[in-house]
Amino acid sequence: MTLPEPKQKHIQRIEMRDIVKRFPGVVANNKVNLQINAGEVHALLGENGAGKSTLMRQLYGLYRPDEGQILVNDKPQVFHSPADAILAGIGMIHQHFMLVPTLSVAENVALGLQSSHEPLLDLQNVSQRIEKLSQAYGLKVEPDAYIWQLSVGEQQRVEIIKALYRGAGIIILDEPTAVLTPQEVNDLFVTLKRMTSEGHGLVFISHKLHEVMAISDQVTVLRDGQSMGTRPAKGVTRDEMVKMMVGREVKPLAPQPVQTGEVCLQISGLRAAGDRETEALRGVDLNVHAGEILGVAGVSGNGQRELAQCLAGLRKVTGGRILLNGQDITQASLQERMAAGQSYIPEERMRDGAIREFSVQENLFLRDHAASAFTNGIFLHFARMAARTREVIQQYSIKAPSAETPIKNLSGGNIQKLIMARELSRQPKALIAAQPTRGVDIGATEYIHQRLLEQRANGTAILLISEDLDEIRTLSDRVAVMYEGQMMGILSRDEASVETIGLMMAGVAAT
Amino acid sequence: MNEDILTLAVVTGILTSAIRLATPYLFAAVGEAFAQTSGVVNLGVDGIMLVGAFAAFYVTLQTGNVWLGALVAILVGLLMGLLMSFISVTLKAEQGISGIGLYMFGLGLSSLLFKLLVGTVQTVEGFRAVKIPLLGDIPVIGAIFFQHSIPVYAAFLLVPLAWWFLEKTTWGLKIKAVGQNPAAADSLGVSVDKVRYFSVCLGSALAGLAGASLSTALVNLFQENLTAGLGFIAVALVYFGGWKPVGILAGALLFSAVNAFQLWMQVLGANISSDVAVMLPYLLTIAALVFATNRVRQPAALNKPFERGEN
Ligand SMILES: Nc1ncnc2c1ncn2[C@@H]1O[C@H](COP(=O)(O)OP(=O)(O)OP(=O)(O)O)[C@@H](O)[C@H]1O
Ligand SMILES: [Mg+2]
Repeated sequence: MTLPEPKQKHIQRIEMRDIVKRFPGVVANNKVNLQINAGEVHALLGENGAGKSTLMRQLYGLYRPDEGQILVNDKPQVFHSPADAILAGIGMIHQHFMLVPTLSVAENVALGLQSSHEPLLDLQNVSQRIEKLSQAYGLKVEPDAYIWQLSVGEQQRVEIIKALYRGAGIIILDEPTAVLTPQEVNDLFVTLKRMTSEGHGLVFISHKLHEVMAISDQVTVLRDGQSMGTRPAKGVTRDEMVKMMVGREVKPLAPQPVQTGEVCLQISGLRAAGDRETEALRGVDLNVHAGEILGVAGVSGNGQRELAQCLAGLRKVTGGRILLNGQDITQASLQERMAAGQSYIPEERMRDGAIREFSVQENLFLRDHAASAFTNGIFLHFARMAARTREVIQQYSIKAPSAETPIKNLSGGNIQKLIMARELSRQPKALIAAQPTRGVDIGATEYIHQRLLEQRANGTAILLISEDLDEIRTLSDRVAVMYEGQMMGILSRDEASVETIGLMMAGVAAT
Repeated sequence: MNEDILTLAVVTGILTSAIRLATPYLFAAVGEAFAQTSGVVNLGVDGIMLVGAFAAFYVTLQTGNVWLGALVAILVGLLMGLLMSFISVTLKAEQGISGIGLYMFGLGLSSLLFKLLVGTVQTVEGFRAVKIPLLGDIPVIGAIFFQHSIPVYAAFLLVPLAWWFLEKTTWGLKIKAVGQNPAAADSLGVSVDKVRYFSVCLGSALAGLAGASLSTALVNLFQENLTAGLGFIAVALVYFGGWKPVGILAGALLFSAVNAFQLWMQVLGANISSDVAVMLPYLLTIAALVFATNRVRQPAALNKPFERGEN
């Protein structure tokens, strides 16, 4: 269907009543009620797998509810597909962006809409409207740029423009901040405020409670598919929210200093090219000691991703050396690195860390398929694997219907827990953790942090790459700040204040 | 080998044949490019061509009307395209296997109908050459480019037309989006299935026409397995051409030139084994695919059935 180019639609109120949605083995939503009002930000909270995305996908016509009703301005509506939801004035920014990388911004926006010169595309017209919207809402985008050229933050702005362009009155943002830098989050919030003042109603999903407190008017908490109720955001404290979500209290960690050992991971003069033919690493020097967490902070795109990939052996090193316990692993294969005692928790967990179509169990044993306690000559020892899988699912409280479920049906946070379990169970000497808690809920974040600290206590050298300053500051014994492919400097725990790190992230050297 | 075998007349002859022979490659490969751009690999092209070739041949034989023959070939191609789309889009079957199945179905059906309805190889009066006024009179150039039959001109016109359709229209945009990221297209209310049906059927109709051009414009006869795998080369040409009509044109010309050269060498009795000569285009296919792997441009969702709701 080709949709007409719409005007801004005004939706006063959307109500979801007693929504039930079942998947094989799970009830993802169990009699959930939700009311979204124009001019408000409605936060949707819940642990990984609580059913937030599922609920919103029904509002956007991607799934049909098994039971329950959706009312738009008090009139019952049935959405058979996103086309129906768009027509009704609903827009959605997905947890995983829905953009076509090989097409331009304008083409992505125009996709599926009627053109003013049907059947010809009218991209000039589209670009003009994009520019108008981008000014009105403070969303900087370049209509002629290709999506693959854009940073994650820019891609998100395109997603928002796509919804606004279609005249969406209610816009769902599924974990929009998970992939943004602190600065980008601030910009996004400015845009969101402008949207509510224009009369848009917003649904905001996030695991970061300070964000929720900063922007929301209403808060609804989901737990195991059920609604724990809706409260005005003004009236609830952080601790109350946590309790509603997790069912218990989660206190911020206060790690005890431990005795650090010898230098374990030694990086000197490391150089590598980036994706866009520029040099991403321009001589990185770092030493990580056994029993130490070295945090690497920085605005995304300053070489952190490339650094992690070089260490993991996924990117070609063009200069410099990497030593692991004195052994040169600069050009070592993945297997050799594993054998040398290195583990890796990738940032792009869906792409680099797991196989979507494989089951929970298969993904858990991806690395141990060769020689391990779970093989018998060339055969796999399935009974032992199954037992170990059950153990891991329990230990890490991974929410999965069964060990046989393909992981593409798991929620994002649960996939991360699974990878974490796999990498840590190898008792590594050195661990590279890239954004280990991105998109992960509070309970699981706490759990992952505890495991990292446990590894540290066991004498593992941990390189923690993260854009979450709170995470860096809580866990790291020392903080290295990365800027344009080099280290701006290394701070001790006491020196690493938000201000100092922030300045160094902007390229201002510490004094 | 004869020293002056490559006289001007021979070179002109080779180039003229090359242009003519490019016709079925172009129809079939541009058609396949539509299907693949939307994310569906249709390996049944050769089978569709065979049925199209027979249909055009038989209708022409019976009615004496080549145009009617071509039209029926297009319709038959369309029907086979519907079958392919139903299996691969609606039933979400493995595309490679369904395509091979469609090929064997087309091979069998065309052979059977030929035996039942015709029996012996005979010729028909196919499309006549139409000399383009003025241009056709230019020495050498005129003979090479401007003294062909209508289907030959149409095949070359199809190249810019296909480019225009894919790059400049709303439908082209949908086809590309569905082939690259069907979930994104779906989330904007584009019906992935509808777009894929359309692209596969369009491609198959063109494959039917490719068959018609073979049996009623190039050789003016039908025999069992007339295409001899030409449809598979067309599929390879899509990869070779990087899913771009211009790239396909370059590939089609390269192959038809090698083919024409090989044919002329045989006619002139050059000292090459005919088996080796006939192998030439196929060897070239393999070589071309090895050296021209355009992984970057490949539609990301190629060969993947779409199911809503998987993130
Ligand atoms: N397509 C699907 N098939 C089967 N199960 C699914 C599917 N989509 C979601 N689920 C299951 O439904 C439950 C809710 O998942 P959902 O993605 O809604 O969680 P979420 O609250 O968005 O979590 P996160 O914060 O990790 O994104 C999970 O247990 C998940 O495994
Ligand atoms: Mg989610």
